[in-house]
Amino acid sequence: MRKLKNFGAYVILTIVSLISVFPLYWMIAASTNNSTDILGGRLIFGTHLMKNLEKLLAEQNVGRAFLNSLFYSCILSLLSLIVCSIAGYGFEIYHDRAKDRLMSVLLLAMMVPFAATLIPLFKLFTGMHLQSTWIAYVLPTISTPFLIMLFRQSARSFPLEIIEAARIDGLSELRIFATIFVPTMKSTYAAAMTVTFMNAWNNYLWPKVIMMSGTSQTMPMLVANLSVGYSIDYGVLMLGVLICSLPTGILFLILQRSFANGIVGAVKG
Amino acid sequence: MNSPKKSLTINQKYNITGWLFLLPAALLIFAMNFYPMLQALVLSFKTGIGNNQVWGGIANYKRLLEDRVFWTALTNNFFYLIIQVPVMLFLAIILASLLNKKDLKFKGLFRTAIFLPCCTALVSYSIIFKTLFAYDGYINTILLNMGMISSRVNWLGQVSTAKIIIIIALIWRWTGYNMVFYLAGLQNIDESLYEAARIDGAGPVKAFLKITVPLLRPTILLTTIMSINGTLQLFDESVNLTNGGPANSTLTMSHYIYKASFEYNPQFGYAAAMSYVIFILVAVLSFVQMKVGDKR
Repeated sequence: MRKLKNFGAYVILTIVSLISVFPLYWMIAASTNNSTDILGGRLIFGTHLMKNLEKLLAEQNVGRAFLNSLFYSCILSLLSLIVCSIAGYGFEIYHDRAKDRLMSVLLLAMMVPFAATLIPLFKLFTGMHLQSTWIAYVLPTISTPFLIMLFRQSARSFPLEIIEAARIDGLSELRIFATIFVPTMKSTYAAAMTVTFMNAWNNYLWPKVIMMSGTSQTMPMLVANLSVGYSIDYGVLMLGVLICSLPTGILFLILQRSFANGIVGAVKG
Repeated sequence: MNSPKKSLTINQKYNITGWLFLLPAALLIFAMNFYPMLQALVLSFKTGIGNNQVWGGIANYKRLLEDRVFWTALTNNFFYLIIQVPVMLFLAIILASLLNKKDLKFKGLFRTAIFLPCCTALVSYSIIFKTLFAYDGYINTILLNMGMISSRVNWLGQVSTAKIIIIIALIWRWTGYNMVFYLAGLQNIDESLYEAARIDGAGPVKAFLKITVPLLRPTILLTTIMSINGTLQLFDESVNLTNGGPANSTLTMSHYIYKASFEYNPQFGYAAAMSYVIFILVAVLSFVQMKVGDKR
């Protein structure tokens, strides 16, 4: 009976897994084939990878876009983790009524759609002549209520006795945060890092508006440009899509376990 | 040594430290979210093109009521919302409870596979789906070869199918993401509850409805709010999968706002008025969700 029940689970999970993985497999296979083979329905790996790569590099400044995306995303994730984790810690460890109220006000920002702040932000950054700079890319999304909440939630499980012991030892408040809290919250940081880096890398609407110069183009913008036109080379296009998906894919596979643990901490309580 | 700091009590010192810790984050949210929100509100009462804005009262809001394209975009967003969010969340919760079975093998493998779509950029997956469902794309080729269709279907060029493809793509991209939240929520449910239910003769469906769903309520609330918020703000898919077409049948509100602001003649005031409609919708729906979700 039990065997039969799990058999059903295996069937469903296998089918869903296959559907989940197939488009990605197809993308990788297509990046090694030429357009004719791809349209003919070829599903196995071909020999055109290098040719596609040559053509892609000749047509588009992929190196530049890739490094741009990497640079913006790393800076944004780093600043975001610092600013939001120390805020989440501050909200929880030193909480009083005023801080709790401020937190509920900040949470309202979750409901602010990006489309609504898009035009004022665009005017703000172009007014300061910061268009096409990394500052314009990162500043609007460094501080997010979601991350602050994530860290506040995990600070809740942090034992106060440790903080008090450290205070008696004469450690400053900032030292306690940096040398005791941060190392013990590795999985929360990993989860936050995964989410923030993915969002930063995948960001499309804001860069499309503010990163106007060709040299500040990001990877998603480049790929989107590849996909419009009269004759699309599908092999080249899929290689571009693949390159665009590599960093987030690799990051997730590395941080997968801690990501899951970090979310468990956030959903609790 | 006689600095004024000395006169602070230790608790006041901690209190100030706390404020200093949260200040940068709070200031950024005020400067990058709340202040622009106010500016957008002011802007929504102005009319004109580009930087030549004059006070127009509620002219923009009146114009909204008569703008067919805006209503189409609004309806499209709600169509996605009503069909996609429930299907996706139901699927995610089922998958999570299957993966939570104690005696299941290859858990890690299944979980990774199902989560993998979330690693692709929104632009990337839109293009993958666009290519797969293209007129000369793989889906048509394979269906033809299998004899399931007699001639190629213009999936993305027909009003009836284009919307469905976007929904399929959205479900593909986001189910694993939501599943991770449910898996995390399920970790907090005591296994003995299920054993007790089994002893009492409850089947798996009943256990799911009476134990899993009620105890996951906070997580369901969280994922519902996130999904509603995300669906009302859809942009990348509308731009890259279908470019809003055919005949605006897949155009989303964010896409239309972008078009009104940055394509042809920039009409910032009108775009700002439209963005307030999204804001109000998101706020009202989240509020209703919280009220409903908090009960019991």
